[in-house]
Amino acid sequence: MSSPIYLDYSATTPVDKRVAEKMCHYLTMDENFGNPASRSHKYGWDAEIAVEQARADVAALINADPKEIVWTSGATESDNLAIKGAAHFYAKRGKHIITSKTEHKAVLDTCRQLEREGYEVTYLDPQEDGLIKLKDIEAAMCDDTIIVSIMHVNNEIGVIQDIAAIGELCRSKKIIFHVDAAQSAGKVEIDLQKLKVDLLSLSAHKVYGPKGIGVLYVRRKPRIRIEAQMHGGGHERGMRSGTLATHQIVGMGEAFKIAKEEMVSENKRILALRDRLLKGFEDMEELYVNGNLEQRVPHNLNLSFNFVEGESLLMAIDTIAVSSGSACTSASLEPSYVLRAIGRNDELAHSSIRFSLGLFTTEEDVDYTIKLLKEKVEKLRLLSPLWDMYKDGIDISAIEWAAH
Amino acid sequence: MAYSDKVMDHYENPRNVGTMHKDESGVGTGMVGAPACGDVMRLQIKVDEQGIIEDAKFKTYGCGSAIASSSLVTEWVKGKTLEEAAQIKNTDIAEELALPPVKIHCSVLAEDAIKAAINDYKEKQSS
Repeated sequence: MSSPIYLDYSATTPVDKRVAEKMCHYLTMDENFGNPASRSHKYGWDAEIAVEQARADVAALINADPKEIVWTSGATESDNLAIKGAAHFYAKRGKHIITSKTEHKAVLDTCRQLEREGYEVTYLDPQEDGLIKLKDIEAAMCDDTIIVSIMHVNNEIGVIQDIAAIGELCRSKKIIFHVDAAQSAGKVEIDLQKLKVDLLSLSAHKVYGPKGIGVLYVRRKPRIRIEAQMHGGGHERGMRSGTLATHQIVGMGEAFKIAKEEMVSENKRILALRDRLLKGFEDMEELYVNGNLEQRVPHNLNLSFNFVEGESLLMAIDTIAVSSGSACTSASLEPSYVLRAIGRNDELAHSSIRFSLGLFTTEEDVDYTIKLLKEKVEKLRLLSPLWDMYKDGIDISAIEWAAH
Repeated sequence: MAYSDKVMDHYENPRNVGTMHKDESGVGTGMVGAPACGDVMRLQIKVDEQGIIEDAKFKTYGCGSAIASSSLVTEWVKGKTLEEAAQIKNTDIAEELALPPVKIHCSVLAEDAIKAAINDYKEKQSS
């Protein structure tokens, strides 16, 4: 057992040893260090071959054409490039964008920036289970709408949006559809021959690849155009300039290749572990599952242990590595905006813990986590005046608290 | 976040956790904070006939610093007169526990809890 036990795979994953090993061959003088854009010698040609193989491997996982793959520094850059790039290119067609309140900040803050530039953005409310209603998207569409941006899998609560249906709707209205798939690649099947997705953001480090590399998928049929946000040498068909990071790209390619091979069997194993974890908590009072449990990636479990504050719980369970929606653990001192958006009250948002399982999670880890959580939650509840009040039958929401 | 040893000590071994009967004579109860903000402190004092705090109990919903701040003040107020206890400043608490700037509000809340408990006691005496 590594210590603390890592259960935060949605934050990042360790690089697969096979991936790290392969990356090492693209750095030093002894091996392949060339600039893939160098067309005049073998160093460059060899690097280009490696980059193109990786491009094909990434494309294969999402059933896309390698020509539709644009390398970026990660999903944040991909989201920026997709939304700003398309909004700028199609500005004459319209200035309205639709997204949801539970998107990643890379999408939300990009939309805020576009609002400052004069665009109009509709931020849809999800339902209580975290899913966006297709009808709400349709109702928000107008003649001026140019982009819909909806994430495939939510990073906090793991719910899977129906991007197939949203894609059909967008295509029928000739509206560009962008999907942030950072949390879904390697977890949920993505078939871009079937899905009517125009732009799709990917990240390597959620799929056992290295940090600092990602992809934006840009559809060719029908052709989607984006305006570059990074200018320079015209790399990536002018959409994203900058010397390609060969070793990072090779790492992402290898990671996605492995994901394609092992995804189905690994998902089955992880789901069994997740179910075991949830079952272990079943007999606890005042326990809430955040987000839909069926339309959800197998490795995510987001729970609120009511009447216990998240940060103090994290301190108590420091032998496992998880994350919390508590305000005290965020830079902004606000509780999770995702949990607030799905209608959870502040107490439940403060009391939430996200468990995300992965490649190295074992049954032993899960059993240890159940025992630890139960013990510490009980201890903190005995320390909690809110728990006392709940036990005395006092309605906490009926009390007029002095906000501070 | 890295906490000081003193915060960790109070967090792991909180002093004077418990509940007094709030209607009992000589007991003053202060409840401050709000669940929405992520911290609620309940501090209770028991005052003897000479006006000295003979016992103190707390329960806190909140982060480690909030729990440590309230645990610390239960230790500090014991044996003090009401006037002396009212003199405890949040800066003293923050200094003792070496709270980082982002956690200063926990010490403010603990000071408020003492004042609220004293006020509750005084109101009960005058009624």
